[in-house]
Amino acid sequence: MTSASRTGGAAAGQGSARDEVLARIRAARPTEPVRVPRDYHTAPATGTPDAGQADRDRVELLIDRLVDYRATVRRCTPDGVTEALAELLGEVPTVVVPAGVPEGWLSAYPGGIRRDGDPDPLTVADLDAPGLAVLTGCAVAIAETGTLILDGGPDQGRRLLSLVPDHHLCVVRTDQVVGGLPEALARLADPTRPLTLVSGPSATSDIELDRVEGVHGPRRLEVLIVDG
Amino acid sequence: MTGGTGNIVAPLPFPTAARRELADGQLRANLRRATHTIRDKRLRVVGEVPDWEALRRSGAAIKDDVLARMPELLEQFEAAAIAAGATVHWARDSTEACAVVTGLVQQTGSTEVVKVKSMATQEIGLNEALAEAGIAAVETDLAELIVQLADDTPSHILVPAIHYNRRQIRDIFASRMPGVDVASLTDEPAALAEAARRHLRAKFLSARVAISGANFAIAETGTLAVVESEGNGRMCLTLPETLISVVGVEKLLPTFRDLEVFLQLLPRSSTGERMNPYTSLWTGVTPGDGPQTLHIVLVDNGRTETLADPVGRQALRCIRCSACLNVCPVYERVGGHAYGSVYPGPIGAILSPQMTGPDAGANRTLPYASTLCGACFDACPVRIDIPQVLVHLRQRGVDARRGRPSAERTAMQAMSWVMRDRRRYAAALRAARRGSAPLRWVTGRRGQVRRLPWPLSAWTASRDAPLPAAETFRDWWAGRDRSTHGGGRS
Repeated sequence: MTSASRTGGAAAGQGSARDEVLARIRAARPTEPVRVPRDYHTAPATGTPDAGQADRDRVELLIDRLVDYRATVRRCTPDGVTEALAELLGEVPTVVVPAGVPEGWLSAYPGGIRRDGDPDPLTVADLDAPGLAVLTGCAVAIAETGTLILDGGPDQGRRLLSLVPDHHLCVVRTDQVVGGLPEALARLADPTRPLTLVSGPSATSDIELDRVEGVHGPRRLEVLIVDG
Repeated sequence: MTGGTGNIVAPLPFPTAARRELADGQLRANLRRATHTIRDKRLRVVGEVPDWEALRRSGAAIKDDVLARMPELLEQFEAAAIAAGATVHWARDSTEACAVVTGLVQQTGSTEVVKVKSMATQEIGLNEALAEAGIAAVETDLAELIVQLADDTPSHILVPAIHYNRRQIRDIFASRMPGVDVASLTDEPAALAEAARRHLRAKFLSARVAISGANFAIAETGTLAVVESEGNGRMCLTLPETLISVVGVEKLLPTFRDLEVFLQLLPRSSTGERMNPYTSLWTGVTPGDGPQTLHIVLVDNGRTETLADPVGRQALRCIRCSACLNVCPVYERVGGHAYGSVYPGPIGAILSPQMTGPDAGANRTLPYASTLCGACFDACPVRIDIPQVLVHLRQRGVDARRGRPSAERTAMQAMSWVMRDRRRYAAALRAARRGSAPLRWVTGRRGQVRRLPWPLSAWTASRDAPLPAAETFRDWWAGRDRSTHGGGRS
């Protein structure tokens, strides 16, 4: 780390860039303490005191937002997961799953299953094979923005799993759906895990602002919502 | 000297550069369409949020809190990032930042790095510095790639290739993108995006070093965040072994919870989406997942200069959303290149001259690149009062030059002598009316002169000069009194 010590790593001494920058800031900064107002909504108004109705509204809103991003959405009951996944993955020759995806989910799926395990993690080349889909769960989903948050939990796995294959299928339980961003961030078990927020498939609007889906991330995002 | 250096210095005075850009009709048409599209989308999604004003106020206050507690927060961020496995470096200016990053890349032995679009690395001129050291930096954002292949510079913070249309982009790809199939390449955006995907895929899968910026750096946890759409960011932040993140010291947020404000403000303000497709957050290194070596380079480069000005420091709240560009009548007509700096538009007009000091290059002209209409303040998600800072910087510029002779000051002094005395003033007006009478006859009803002789030509270069009225108000009033209301007085 020669360049680090020369230009001021954490432990650098006198005259280092670190000391100088900090000294400049101390000399320049304002001295008045700042009070931060927090009077924005931390839970969205659902317009009804009936909790059951609010839950239903939230899931409907999530579906509306996901469809708006051109993700495909399907709903099923807890008993119907196996069948729904087999149908959704019907054409897919091979599906990749993180270690923690329940065995039962894919029991009706006829194609090949590759599990990303600790002793033998899949390589980038494995994941770049054509015709591959990846199946994950999620940590929490945000209705207002149509966002799925992956936090590297056992049913979500490493970041590259939901990135390299061209087709991502994500299972969301309705009890994981929250209204807005503040509730979602507050629900995360540990903010220092690698976090990925996904809102629709990969997209670009760089050419005349025409939206094109699918540049580097998955071109297809499918969401299976499980009532529970 | 603590001023910032790098690509934040306007090489030409704004009026000169603006005149050059204004001559390009295609550019103006592209810009108009783009800025109007984004601003309409933004208005729609901002309108969906009932607590938008509360979020703006909180966002502004959180950033002001960062400015007031910056040393403590930086130390907290540094300690948390180191504890999570990162190495933290500091840089006083662009030269030092480039040297640190170049050294880090050289240690890996790589001669090619993949880059996710970053304003900070553009600001410090990193690509040029790496190229000098024999390291190729590959921009992976589609628009940045277009600009890089065209050997051009970005013209907008969010959509850097906004000045090109699909036809032009097709031609750039056809002539400059290695391995592209020219015969089958159409100008459909989907086809162009596919060509970029194929071109970059191999690079992503083989890259060993990536360079990123960060939208947010969270002091509490040592976390960095990158907000993007295409997935090129996720590729850079996930696949290479080494990640080097270049972060301006003002990118801090005190707590993880503060993201709940900024992840609402940023996407809606910048692309007019409820949420951008991908946001990645990483804290140090995670064994088995993502880069195993993480370097964070904290950059000053004139930010402390800016912090020292009580009025101007609010510019450091900026989260680079570019909402102010899209509503600016000046930007809409001249585009980003006219501003010279990598920070164009209203925010650039206050940020660049503050970061470098006003006398760097032609940065002194930037605070005048505005009509002061105030649309930028309304659009700003962190309530930066850009018009206020523009006026403040103009004032500062005038104050700095007080006492030096100038044609304007001499003219104003003469004017003041004339106007101090009623008879002198009336006589001057009479002379002006008599002098301009032939002109009035020539210009007819228009009553305006398009070009005055030097030195008054400086005035008429950008506006017409009105001719003095044929009759003074006093004369007119007196005449009116006599002729039409002569007997009307009681």
